[in-house]
Amino acid sequence: MNIGDFISRFFGKDSGNSKNVAKERLRLVLVHDRANVSPEILEKLREDLIEVINKYMEIDQTALEVSLNSSVDDSIALVANIPILGIRRHAL
Amino acid sequence: MGEVLVITSGKGGVGKTTTTANIGAGLAMSGKKVVLVDTDIGLRNLDVVMGLENRIVYDIVDVVREQCRLKQALIKDKRFDGLFLLPAAQTKDKTAVSEEQMRKLCFDLKEEFDFVVVDCPAGIEQGFKNAVAGAERAIVVTTPEVSAVRDADRIIGLLEATGLKDPKLVINRIKPQMVKKGDMMSIEDMIDILAVDLLGVVPDDEFIIVSTNKGEPAVLDKNSLAGVAFRNITKRILGEEVPLLNLEPTTSWFEKLKRFVTRS
Repeated sequence: MNIGDFISRFFGKDSGNSKNVAKERLRLVLVHDRANVSPEILEKLREDLIEVINKYMEIDQTALEVSLNSSVDDSIALVANIPILGIRRHAL
Repeated sequence: MGEVLVITSGKGGVGKTTTTANIGAGLAMSGKKVVLVDTDIGLRNLDVVMGLENRIVYDIVDVVREQCRLKQALIKDKRFDGLFLLPAAQTKDKTAVSEEQMRKLCFDLKEEFDFVVVDCPAGIEQGFKNAVAGAERAIVVTTPEVSAVRDADRIIGLLEATGLKDPKLVINRIKPQMVKKGDMMSIEDMIDILAVDLLGVVPDDEFIIVSTNKGEPAVLDKNSLAGVAFRNITKRILGEEVPLLNLEPTTSWFEKLKRFVTRS
């Protein structure tokens, strides 16, 4: 870091790498744009998932998260985070 | 038989019209016969950017409605013999022309000209569909901002869906100083995100405003860095291999002086 950078950072003028924020936000928004999946469809999918999984496991329905993500090789993945409270002995 | 290029972007205000004017003037400088077609019906601007606004008699709508002959509507540029403009209509809307009419118009124009350069309106509606209808190659203009890059991505998808494969990217208004600080997406960042070939990079240059004020494309001025960038873009369109401009921010006054001297 040279003196100029140091001074501007000292006085809080350096917003510091905001381009990485831009790239990250773009990546995420483009995953949705390209997949053409609306939030409504994702919400319906979430409800259906709850219904199916609930037959076999007791899950924390409020904490269940479903989202689209791009993985390292730029392919699109459906990511679901489903906290399990307990396994049902007999499927409902 | 000539070729039809469409200049598009999705988002407005990223420099489509300026790019069209400069590519057109650049191609004409290389001795090509060029016609610029403004398809932004209702919001025409290519005429003022080219400095030809006082010469308009007929426009694109008159041509497709056969209220005049094609040749009557073409305005000859003041500076180049081989450069012409087909202006948009200002008092109609985008639906005044159909995709089929555009296809025929482009076909007729490329019989006469080496290059037909179509300036596309912002958006993805009828105006966009018309502009790309007769095109064989597409150039997508974007700026290093999230909104412009997002729209460029959408446009690239739509172009490919209409059969215009491999659109080429022009990154406009890049600020090397901000890129260096990490506060602006770099060329590599945008290529990485959009996954298309790069046609050229145009630095942010106040001279563009001066040249637009006068109605003279920046490509005519070799002291304008943006002008040089547009000239390189034109050469690449013609198949020449030209390296990207060195846009490293100048650090010392000596380097600035050196660059100034070598450029002029």
